[in-house]
Amino acid sequence: MEESLDTAPLLKEAIPEDRVSVASNAQLVWWRFTKHKPALVAMVVLFMFFVVLLFPAFFSIQEPELTDAKLAFIPSQSLHLFDGAKLRPWVPTVVGKRNPTTLRMEWKIDASKKIAVRFLSQGYPYKIFGLIPTRLHILGAVRADEQNRIYLLGTDRLGRDQWSRLMFATQTSMTIGMVSVALSIFLGVLLGGISGYFGGFVDLVIQRLIELLQSLPTIPIWLALSAALPRDWPPTRVFFAITIILALIGWTTLAREVRGRFLSLREEDFVLSAELVGCSRMRIILRHMVPTFSSHIIATSTLAIPVMIISETSLSFLGLGLRPPAISWGVLLQEAQNIQTLALAPWLLIPGLVVVIAVLAFNIVGDGLRDAADPYGK
Amino acid sequence: MARPETNPDPAPPFLEVRSLTKYYPITKGFRRRVTGLVKAVDDVSFSIREGETMGLVGESGCGKTTTARCVLRALEPTGGQILFQTADSGTVDLAPLSRRELRPLRRQMQMIFQDPFGSLNPRMNLFDIVGEPLLVNGMPNRKERQERVAELLGLVGLRPEYMQRFPHAFSGGQRQRIGIARALALNPRLVVADEPVSALDVSVQAQVLNLLLELQERLGLTYLFVAHDLSVVKHICDHVAVMYVGKLVETADTKTLFYSPKHPYTASLLSAVPIPDPRLRSEGIELSGEVPSPANPPPGCYFHPRCAYAIDVCKTQSPLLRQVSPGHFVSCHRAGELPLQGIVT
Repeated sequence: MEESLDTAPLLKEAIPEDRVSVASNAQLVWWRFTKHKPALVAMVVLFMFFVVLLFPAFFSIQEPELTDAKLAFIPSQSLHLFDGAKLRPWVPTVVGKRNPTTLRMEWKIDASKKIAVRFLSQGYPYKIFGLIPTRLHILGAVRADEQNRIYLLGTDRLGRDQWSRLMFATQTSMTIGMVSVALSIFLGVLLGGISGYFGGFVDLVIQRLIELLQSLPTIPIWLALSAALPRDWPPTRVFFAITIILALIGWTTLAREVRGRFLSLREEDFVLSAELVGCSRMRIILRHMVPTFSSHIIATSTLAIPVMIISETSLSFLGLGLRPPAISWGVLLQEAQNIQTLALAPWLLIPGLVVVIAVLAFNIVGDGLRDAADPYGK
Repeated sequence: MARPETNPDPAPPFLEVRSLTKYYPITKGFRRRVTGLVKAVDDVSFSIREGETMGLVGESGCGKTTTARCVLRALEPTGGQILFQTADSGTVDLAPLSRRELRPLRRQMQMIFQDPFGSLNPRMNLFDIVGEPLLVNGMPNRKERQERVAELLGLVGLRPEYMQRFPHAFSGGQRQRIGIARALALNPRLVVADEPVSALDVSVQAQVLNLLLELQERLGLTYLFVAHDLSVVKHICDHVAVMYVGKLVETADTKTLFYSPKHPYTASLLSAVPIPDPRLRSEGIELSGEVPSPANPPPGCYFHPRCAYAIDVCKTQSPLLRQVSPGHFVSCHRAGELPLQGIVT
């Protein structure tokens, strides 16, 4: 096991020996994690998602609910930073013409006419965290009026700006993912801990319950549970209900993991040693057992978040999760259900791409954390 | 029940174990019906005088670690008595005490573990590891603890400046010293050492053994020393008890046991000790067969299938522990009549 310290020789080159000697577990985990470059990159991506989660309104350009049927299905306008050699950001204008035979508006990008845009410009009013009133947005037209609208990711069938809606959807979906994982951790650690520490009959009951929950096919269960939600509930309440539903089904894997850890830790010499010097049960659990597997819990939960996000997205896509006016990735993708819409407005699939990026980032970070979680093992 | 009265004094011994048993049930099926018993420790008795070292030897799986852990009440014995002379309140039977009743007694008896890697929490630094016993036993002042930890580290031969380091910065021998410092933090009177050197290199083994002897002298410790290496036992123990499949087969003072063993199993163990003299050729007694499982031991004497001297009575009757000379107890039907040889030198 002495050779297990495979980080030590690697670290010795860069870091003086003494720093390794006094390095706590968290530091060792971090050093090991930083060796995993893809995970670091994914961590940066996740960080950006978190920033959007905190300030969705700042990153939006238009009000997410602002509809205008006349402006439906506008394609994406790409953002250009340079006008010639000068740093003067602009987007091309879109011009619409009604097709006389189909009576449909047809939009064309007209790059000859440029709409000058500005970073950190003033736009529609909102409140940061619902407290601080401001009009500041990341991007806006220099002369904001009816003519100079910016649709970086185009508009949907109601003429709503998809970019802005995507920002708010990111907030909703990521929050659901993380809150339900947090609830799962709570349930999982509690029930898994009870099961593993006390064993016996309690263990038997909890394990059978987990087996039962795991044997249920998840999609129909979600469907049944969310179909049971009253349709007249306000979006916020539906939001919390969905979170709880996801957590109620999702805690089982974590509980098993925690139980296994408790079972193996109960046999560890250092736990017995703590018992023999007279530590209380609470101290043994909190000071000796939990810290030993907390890094695994963090890694496992990071890997659980994307599952929750996908679940929410699927539910909302099927119309059983969040419903408009709530905005989530699933709700946005609902717009892309229709093949005809898709053919006309392929940019409506972009939220799907965002889901893929977020899920991949969580998975890669989770993998990196899992590998780094036990700097003493293997 | 025959039990060794190694102590002729009227005063009760420091630690006396009387017919200690530890059975593990074998369960089957959903309803956990008990279908059998693993007799890990079966009717073991011995006693230790204060300031002495008792060696508990045997092959792996013979129940010596289980015995040691029962004595410390890390495990709950199935039966028997563990009479411990406490510092203040006379003799106490540890066997039936509950977790709460044991807590005040814990500080008087501590354990040194076999595995220097598993016995230290890798998440704690030296100050927390060695200082934890002090903290949970009423020394909340950090400054005081720091002084005591520094003192303890000095006692076991480590530099007090290492206090902020984590276990991963130390070698096996150093870690074992940390374990010893932690065990000594509360000034225990009884120390159970569960194969404290078997995981270490031979050169380090000697250092740690000498440290243990030195500490015994300085602090007046009493050791219960579990080992399978007889040369280590010879070096450190005053008395030795040999176990085989959960039972005590022979116990005597070290000299007697090593030079005139009376049980064929002890003799075969002794013949396996390497002699550091190339001219001497030992006639090793090679045991055939395997150690029987304590879940399904043979009838009669547990050792008879492997014993060269087994007679008919050995196959049917279990021998009792009987005294062959003062302080020397053997459980063998033919004790005293066999031509057994101890170690040669």
